[in-house]
Amino acid sequence: MNALQEYTLRLADNALILGQRLSEWCGHGPILEQDIALTNIALDQIGQARNLYQYAAKQIGGEANEDSLAFLRDAHEFRNLLLVEQPNGHWGDTLVRQFFFDTFNFFQYDFLRNSQDQELAAIAGKAIKEITYHAQYSAEWIIRMGDGTDESHKKVQRSLNDLWMWAGEMFEMDPVHQEMKEKGIGPDYHVILDQWNAKVNEILDIATLKRPEGDWFQTGGKKGIHTENLGFILAEMQFLPRAYPESKW
Amino acid sequence: MPKCNSCPERTQNQNGDTVFQDPKEMISEERIWEILEEVKDPEIPVLSVTDMGIVRKVDHEGDHITVTITPTYTGCPAMDAIEENILSALKEAGMDDVHVETVLSPAWTTDWITEKGLRNLEEYGIAPPVKGTADKRTLFAKAPEVRCPHCGSKNTQMVSAFGSTACKAQYKCNECLEPFDYFKCI
Repeated sequence: MNALQEYTLRLADNALILGQRLSEWCGHGPILEQDIALTNIALDQIGQARNLYQYAAKQIGGEANEDSLAFLRDAHEFRNLLLVEQPNGHWGDTLVRQFFFDTFNFFQYDFLRNSQDQELAAIAGKAIKEITYHAQYSAEWIIRMGDGTDESHKKVQRSLNDLWMWAGEMFEMDPVHQEMKEKGIGPDYHVILDQWNAKVNEILDIATLKRPEGDWFQTGGKKGIHTENLGFILAEMQFLPRAYPESKW
Repeated sequence: MPKCNSCPERTQNQNGDTVFQDPKEMISEERIWEILEEVKDPEIPVLSVTDMGIVRKVDHEGDHITVTITPTYTGCPAMDAIEENILSALKEAGMDDVHVETVLSPAWTTDWITEKGLRNLEEYGIAPPVKGTADKRTLFAKAPEVRCPHCGSKNTQMVSAFGSTACKAQYKCNECLEPFDYFKCI
């Protein structure tokens, strides 16, 4: 698999796995409006994943299509970040995970809409409009919870501390990212890190929350080395198309 | 005289006999746009696909027609239904050789909804997108001033940026106290 195919799959897998995670909230949100909000974000992400898988399938050729890429690959073939496969936990956990990812995703797609790769630029030009709403939403929730009651402040601070170890992987550069950067297709993720830090610090400040200090980060997702969580996600997500191949409704 | 889209046109030939003209022979770009104007968005039945601005281009070479559309939101489940509806509307008018193509770029924006579409939205009870909203790609852009579609008051408040469909936000009116949907800007 060449670097562009790898890169397209990384983008697609992040969107699909987080979309799948968020859709677990469907019918379980604390109030109707927030249930609808998370499932709307899930829908946007799965829509973006579809576009990206279609593009990846076109590059890979042969039998590959959007469905085979989503439903017939095993955990070690997925290239998503470890962050997005982490369990939903409570509301604060979900929104911290979302805040970390949305802020990253906003700057990532803001670069991608001017990518040298025309297809990625077209997909990103569409997606950035949706991601902007996601990033606003999750940042607002961090502020609401951090600067809320003692209880919400305490809980969301703990979510921040717990999820922090997964944040660093987003900015990890490797040969794939290096090649994408040199070709003007993907961003320099160290630059994205600077943008992310500025925004995250600003929001945490408003939210009266403390930025975690740890500087050790677990990585592996980009290479297909995942936490056990991904296996459970795939078991649920892929059950139907694997048990009943070609089924349609 | 009202005319049925699916019936052949009745005309008279040189001998004065009544003949039926195959509607396929009457394919013109104008005619295709007319038909598309009747294809409604399945989730917002007061808007046609042309009012929405999602039909980007119509091409025809003889009988072969290509309709180019662009999605509103990437995950919008209505897009598949819209494609089906376009195909069946054109088929009813006797156009069988139709291909619907989807393009992502340039990305759809609410600015492409026509004036008529904006009016229809408001009459239907959905506040239309406020044009000229500050750069939509800026985090924490100033919230637009949205007018209540029921009483016209601008004293309204956002309940949630996400609503019953991907394209809508939930609002409430502080004057008449009614909740309403706002077609949000993208």
